[in-house]
Amino acid sequence: MITLKNINKTYNNGSPLHVLKGIDLIIEKGEFVSIMGASGSGKSTLLNILGILDNYDDGEYYLNKVLIKNLTETQSAVYRNKMIGFVFQSFNLISFKNALENVALPLYYQNISRKKRNLIAMEYLDKLGLKDWAQHMPNEMSGGQKQRVAIARALVAKPQVILADEPTGALDSKTSVEVMEILKEVNADGMTMIIVTHDPEVSRKTRKIIHIKDGVIGNITNND
Amino acid sequence: MFDLDRWQEIWITITRNKMRSFLTAFGVFWGIFMLVVMAGAGYGMQNSIISGFDGFAVNSAFFFTNRTSEAYKGFRKGRSWDFQNEDLSILKSQVKELQYISPMLLGGRRDNNTVRQDKYGSFHIKGLHYNYTKIDPLDILKGRFINEIDLEERRKVCVIGKKVYEDMFDVDENPIGQLIKVNGIYYSIIGVVEPVVTNVNIGGNNREAIILPYTVMQQTYNRGDVIDCIAITAYSNIPISDVEEKVKSILKQKHSIAPNDNQAVDDFNAEKMFKMISNVFTGVNVLIWIVGLGTLISGVVGVSNIMMVTVRERTKEIGIRRALGAKPLSILVQIMNESLLLTSLAGFFGLAAGVGLLSLVDMALGEQEKGQGFFLHPQIPFSMAVTAAVILLASGIIAGIIPSLRALQVKAIDAIREE
Repeated sequence: MITLKNINKTYNNGSPLHVLKGIDLIIEKGEFVSIMGASGSGKSTLLNILGILDNYDDGEYYLNKVLIKNLTETQSAVYRNKMIGFVFQSFNLISFKNALENVALPLYYQNISRKKRNLIAMEYLDKLGLKDWAQHMPNEMSGGQKQRVAIARALVAKPQVILADEPTGALDSKTSVEVMEILKEVNADGMTMIIVTHDPEVSRKTRKIIHIKDGVIGNITNND
Repeated sequence: MFDLDRWQEIWITITRNKMRSFLTAFGVFWGIFMLVVMAGAGYGMQNSIISGFDGFAVNSAFFFTNRTSEAYKGFRKGRSWDFQNEDLSILKSQVKELQYISPMLLGGRRDNNTVRQDKYGSFHIKGLHYNYTKIDPLDILKGRFINEIDLEERRKVCVIGKKVYEDMFDVDENPIGQLIKVNGIYYSIIGVVEPVVTNVNIGGNNREAIILPYTVMQQTYNRGDVIDCIAITAYSNIPISDVEEKVKSILKQKHSIAPNDNQAVDDFNAEKMFKMISNVFTGVNVLIWIVGLGTLISGVVGVSNIMMVTVRERTKEIGIRRALGAKPLSILVQIMNESLLLTSLAGFFGLAAGVGLLSLVDMALGEQEKGQGFFLHPQIPFSMAVTAAVILLASGIIAGIIPSLRALQVKAIDAIREE
């Protein structure tokens, strides 16, 4: 599903900063993985590269057997749209769009008609138990509800992989548990799931923990 | 390439941010509103003034005498001289381009020079030829104008202006055939006139004038064969300026005035005057466009500026859109279209409000008396509205360029960067 071969990334802001120092990683389809590391370990950079949000200098990244390298902005937009679903710490819903419109947005960029994409979006909202909240604006919803809308949005385009960046970082512990349960269920339906976190409570719920430290992969533990 | 879905997306973005959109749009609204109102006011002024000249023979000139400025043929300089009756026939026979010629005698407006029964008033006294109406047309309200026989037989008749009739007669009284005493001599009234042209008055406004046959005026005022002013028109295909010089040189030769004397013959050339007036209005229009476009440009800069702020404020939203798969082009198109839609909507409201205001003013002015108001039909021509619309669309695009380029620089990664 995902194959990283010797990925290197250096930031050149003033003094060069070698963030990723040769990452080799294979994630199979349907896996439920967490990437753990302290801040500055390079886990966010790794997530950006996995999410085709950022470029890398050396190495090869295959996503679903497609080499993701030196893409134009337009190409990477298309790959992000079709292959990757994002779940963010701060939800990142568009504040002036209601829940339904937020969920439907990725489909808008696939040029699917309004009627059809609202139908699909409603289906996903229903799956996440938010059918009655479809017409509500993000500021009328609780943190947990917002994150569920975001998950629905990540799923709506049927991506290959879900990338979640601290998905419970802005939630209280009770809601965190609920959200993790949802992600678990989504994974149970066969979706590959990668969660970046520094919270052991979260990583404990995943099946495989990849520790990253100083830009290299440390030990990989299985939670089975 | 009309994409309903895209426009719905744009419309939602605009309407969900009402205050922001309103502020953005207001600058353009105001710019186009001011342009339309100012241009309308300019046209109103122009209409009002031009209607005051309407009907006046453009191809005409008026000549007056003045003191000579050169000594010539034994005459000293500074000599006073007058036109005489025979000048008319000389000009007529020597200048073939002349279409009409009318002498004019001016009697001035002395205090209470006119009496009828218990009424009296002060009016301009003029002696004219019947051809005068070919140069400065008069509406005959009652009776008739001076004719050939009046001039020939020196009948003591007069034509009075509308104001004279109103002042010297009761309402609905028939003035024709009535006697009126002007400077001690009785004249029989043959007609009542109103000037067609209100903005050119030679020897006083004809509404307030008593017009005598010039031959009668020469006799009763003891003026001999002296004429104060000669009015001419040339055939329409001949520029009056050419004829003007010819007439001047004939008059100078006849009256022993140096050919290089530029002061002795005063003249008033209607063509030159109209040209000057039309130049003034060209100037006014240019000024209106400069000021109006300036206002509009500042509106466009305002839109651009607010769109810039908006783009900055929307960095996160744009980043999210990019992360969800929006291509750079679709972001560019989105921002451009928002700008275009806002400016054109605001502009067309401004255009409508401006035209609406002008129509209201036009209605409020109503059917004012000719030449009385400052404005007449303050409206903009359709062609100008079309021009304004084109300018609007162009300015919408221009206003959108810089903000949308800025929006292009927003990367998806900005959306997930936590502040």
